[in-house]
Amino acid sequence: MRNNRALSAREAYLRDLKRQKFLVVFTQIFLLVVLITAWEILANIGVIDSFITSKPSEIVSTFISLLSEGLFIHVGITCLETMIGFLLGTIVGTFIASLLWWSPFLSKVLSPYLVVLNSLPKVALGPIIIVWVGAGMPAIITMALAISLVVTILDMVNGFVDTDENKIKMVKSFGANKLQTFFKIVFPSNIPTLLNVLKVNIGLSMVGVITGEFLVSQNGLGYLIVYGGQVFQLDLVMTSVIILGIVATLMYHGVILFEKLISKSGKWQ
Amino acid sequence: MLDCLELRNISKTFQDTNGETMAVKDFSYSFKKGKFVSIVGPSGCGKSTILSIIAGLEEQTSGVILLDNSKLSNRTCNIGYMLQKDYLLDWRTVYKNVLLGLEIKGMLTSDTQNYAQNLLSKYGLSEFKDKFPSQLSGGMRQRVALIRTLAINPDILLLDEAFSALDYQTRLVVTDDVYRIIKAEEKTTIMVTHDIPESISMSDEVIVLSKRPSVIKNVYNIEFDIPNRTPLTCRDNPSFSGYFDQIWHVLNSE
Repeated sequence: MRNNRALSAREAYLRDLKRQKFLVVFTQIFLLVVLITAWEILANIGVIDSFITSKPSEIVSTFISLLSEGLFIHVGITCLETMIGFLLGTIVGTFIASLLWWSPFLSKVLSPYLVVLNSLPKVALGPIIIVWVGAGMPAIITMALAISLVVTILDMVNGFVDTDENKIKMVKSFGANKLQTFFKIVFPSNIPTLLNVLKVNIGLSMVGVITGEFLVSQNGLGYLIVYGGQVFQLDLVMTSVIILGIVATLMYHGVILFEKLISKSGKWQ
Repeated sequence: MLDCLELRNISKTFQDTNGETMAVKDFSYSFKKGKFVSIVGPSGCGKSTILSIIAGLEEQTSGVILLDNSKLSNRTCNIGYMLQKDYLLDWRTVYKNVLLGLEIKGMLTSDTQNYAQNLLSKYGLSEFKDKFPSQLSGGMRQRVALIRTLAINPDILLLDEAFSALDYQTRLVVTDDVYRIIKAEEKTTIMVTHDIPESISMSDEVIVLSKRPSVIKNVYNIEFDIPNRTPLTCRDNPSFSGYFDQIWHVLNSE
């Protein structure tokens, strides 16, 4: 009897939980449908000007025509540039951070420079980058790198420096040298820091790539957006922005998935 | 094999921007093979500094450490150091944690691995070998930490407040446990603690230090009339409170 009651209370709790979850997803989809429908209807009856705002049906037909006009090349190029910028930013940033951990002298010397570089809006470096590395993909990747690099260095070096002193003491009592201390303790302790940096960097590197494409490119989603704006084709702009949103979300979830795999394999919480 | 670790006139001064602090002053003592020696003293008196110097983590400002009358260096002597917490690495399995010291010292051979395996099974941890530290209880984690220290087969074992992070119940059980293991492995042990009962229950000799800069106030030889003493049986012995009173008074007298 008692057991039965406990079980039904449990069931009620689980049912409530499920209902809550369903309600959230349902409202999310409902909101989307309402927005799209309202947009379409208001544009059709002329309350809003579809020349300026575009409209869902136009976006769909633009999307379909883009499919045959090399949409995948544009998406692919943006993704490729983002991935290269992201990986370079993370790897180079982590490497520089470990040098700064290694040499507190270097770290102290460079600290004001890093603060200035961190505060500087990296977009302002665009013209310099174009002049130095030339217009084209290298400039775009450099832009992405410029945006993600400094943040990576600062976050990683903070993580490295904050490593539990006692863990370091523990390996030193075994006679560990600096290299061993780094690879046995400091770096593995900061895998969670690195995973956080990855999540931030994928977004930052995309900002860099789109900015770069605005400035120089002949390809990519950033190019489509800026081109659409210049020729006043808001259909193209809206379509590209929506695709960009989807691509960015997918990439972010890719990083989340990677994070889950790592956490599972090594018990990092 | 070593018979005696001798500290002769060890002093240590720390420098910082506010000036210098003398932590240890003229500390001399010889630690005999197989003995369990405790160092007690008020908190912040520099007792941990002495361990750090023996472990080679800090350099003494003056004085020498002699090992069987020859100068100590990290190459000639294996020293095992246990800290307040277990500091097991969450990303390594129990077994991999135990091998850490061997890896660092470049002593990872099939012989040493077998030795580590034996320690694990001898002390009831072999079934947890492939578990991660987060899956173990506090007492078991401390035992793994001890085995990690013993795996390098140290000549001297240093315990730096090694049980102070555990709650009282666990602490009594773990000290008993660790004591048996240390005695079974016949290790020379130096323990720093601020817990007088703990020092009496485990040690053969108790060194009482003064406030900073620490000098030796008194040394007690702890003897119990118990065959195969353990920390728990010592705590029950009538002579226990006698030792406690003596050490307590010396510790609190100016």
